[in-house]
Amino acid sequence: MKTGALAAASAAAVPHTVDLGASPLRELNQALHNLPQDTNETAWRVLNPEGRHAIAVGVDAPVTIEIDGHVGYYCAGMNKRAKVTIRGNAGVGVAENMMSGEVRVLGDASQAAGATAQGGLLVIDGDASARCGISMKGIDIVVKGSIGPMSAFMAQAGNLVVLGDAGEALGDSLYEARLFVRGTVKSLGADCIEKPVTDQDREILKGVLSRADMLEEVSVDAFRLYGSARRLYHFHVDNVDAY
Amino acid sequence: MCGIVGLFLKDPALEPQLGSLLAEMLGVMTDRGPDSAGFAVYGGGRDGFSKLTLRAASAASLVDLAHDLGAGIAAKVEGQLHDTHVVVSLPAAAEGAARAWLAEHRPDVAVVGAGKRIELYKEVGLPKDVGERFGLSHMGGTHGIGHTRMATESAVTTRGAHPFSTGADQCLVHNGSLSNHASVRRTLRAKGLAFETDNDSEVAAGYLTWKMREGASLSEALEAGLEDLDGFYTFVVGTENGFAVLRDPIACKPAVMAETDQYVAFGSEYRALVGLPGIENARMFEPEPGKVYAWERA
Repeated sequence: MKTGALAAASAAAVPHTVDLGASPLRELNQALHNLPQDTNETAWRVLNPEGRHAIAVGVDAPVTIEIDGHVGYYCAGMNKRAKVTIRGNAGVGVAENMMSGEVRVLGDASQAAGATAQGGLLVIDGDASARCGISMKGIDIVVKGSIGPMSAFMAQAGNLVVLGDAGEALGDSLYEARLFVRGTVKSLGADCIEKPVTDQDREILKGVLSRADMLEEVSVDAFRLYGSARRLYHFHVDNVDAY
Repeated sequence: MCGIVGLFLKDPALEPQLGSLLAEMLGVMTDRGPDSAGFAVYGGGRDGFSKLTLRAASAASLVDLAHDLGAGIAAKVEGQLHDTHVVVSLPAAAEGAARAWLAEHRPDVAVVGAGKRIELYKEVGLPKDVGERFGLSHMGGTHGIGHTRMATESAVTTRGAHPFSTGADQCLVHNGSLSNHASVRRTLRAKGLAFETDNDSEVAAGYLTWKMREGASLSEALEAGLEDLDGFYTFVVGTENGFAVLRDPIACKPAVMAETDQYVAFGSEYRALVGLPGIENARMFEPEPGKVYAWERA
């Protein structure tokens, strides 16, 4: 019993290292997909990603995956329960359709970060470009830098927290997601309006910042909240110009 | 989907490696465009001389072309053969006569690029093979752009391959598709521009040539394009002294750039830039939608 626990501890301390310069990406993803729910191989490290697409996509296990370098499209897409850290920039669609778990990008993220994701936490230390959080369905996204145009387009649920500025047409045609922005907003999209921050909103924001380990450095009072005016929910002939 | 690469060197020490760096970038973008490939390299140029890049169906039909052309127009013409293309160097004053002679005596030969420094090559086939056929990795220069094509708007032919050149030392590559190219082409034809294909990207190249002929700078021409060209695009445009990048106002097509003290590099995806020296420490950024970026050497 004791030996087993020690072995598990040592397996966790020494990450399973995969060099994508030397072995195929398919093998890495297959190995991650094969992990049982109670796996002891809980620490993974990926070297030389060199912008490859679809790294660590579809993982469904409570493991940590550290990727040393820039990744291509859809990294950690469909993630469940894994904690993925990207020590570099991420290409299009990082953590798209994430269900749970956590993805951290230590550099910048390209377009459509966190697209359609249903749960989990995505933290981007740098900037995110266009369409960040497009059609988000419950994920919490924290961007320490700024976000590009058309972010949170048709966002349905979840929280987008931006410490920097937002580009044009923020929250166009959105449903019920909350968009907290600390900096300036270049323009709001159709049916997106500024809303008063209620105590409940403040608690939600506090919760997200706490999970992102940022509560001490960021004041929840510094944010403005944007959300849906709910005028486009149903077709109404008076709104025809807005469609 | 198409792939674009571009490399603008700031450090002259890298100039002999321009072709080999560009060849690697182009090869990586095969996934984005396996139909055809092409590239423009801005190499050496001499004052008073023009370079014409000429293309024919086979190398054999080009072997004697420089000699025949020289005899035909009574000028000193030097030729450098690269597979199905030959780059001829001739006195700039004789360029008009050379074009006329080619049109009359060698209608099978197309002028794909012209200018003081530009050399332009394109063929159907996998990008890596196309690069090797023309010996791209042995070419030097100050800057170059390349394209891998997945055809959407017109046929997979060499004529439909990018880059397109419609003016001296100018060329354009395009990822995307234009929806108003037919009407813009008609307008430009009325203004005297000639088009070789029914390709939408050639219209964009022609549009910029026309704007610059009217006195616009490259940046101004691209700014005007934001109004007049409708559709999806990332353009990379080469001129004698530099290159420029423009994405459509909703940034439909991908683009990533890297800048160091030695170079500015463009790729449709970061993967294309992985082999560049010092890329680990480069300043990486995505060009913003609807904003013109231009680099020129003094």
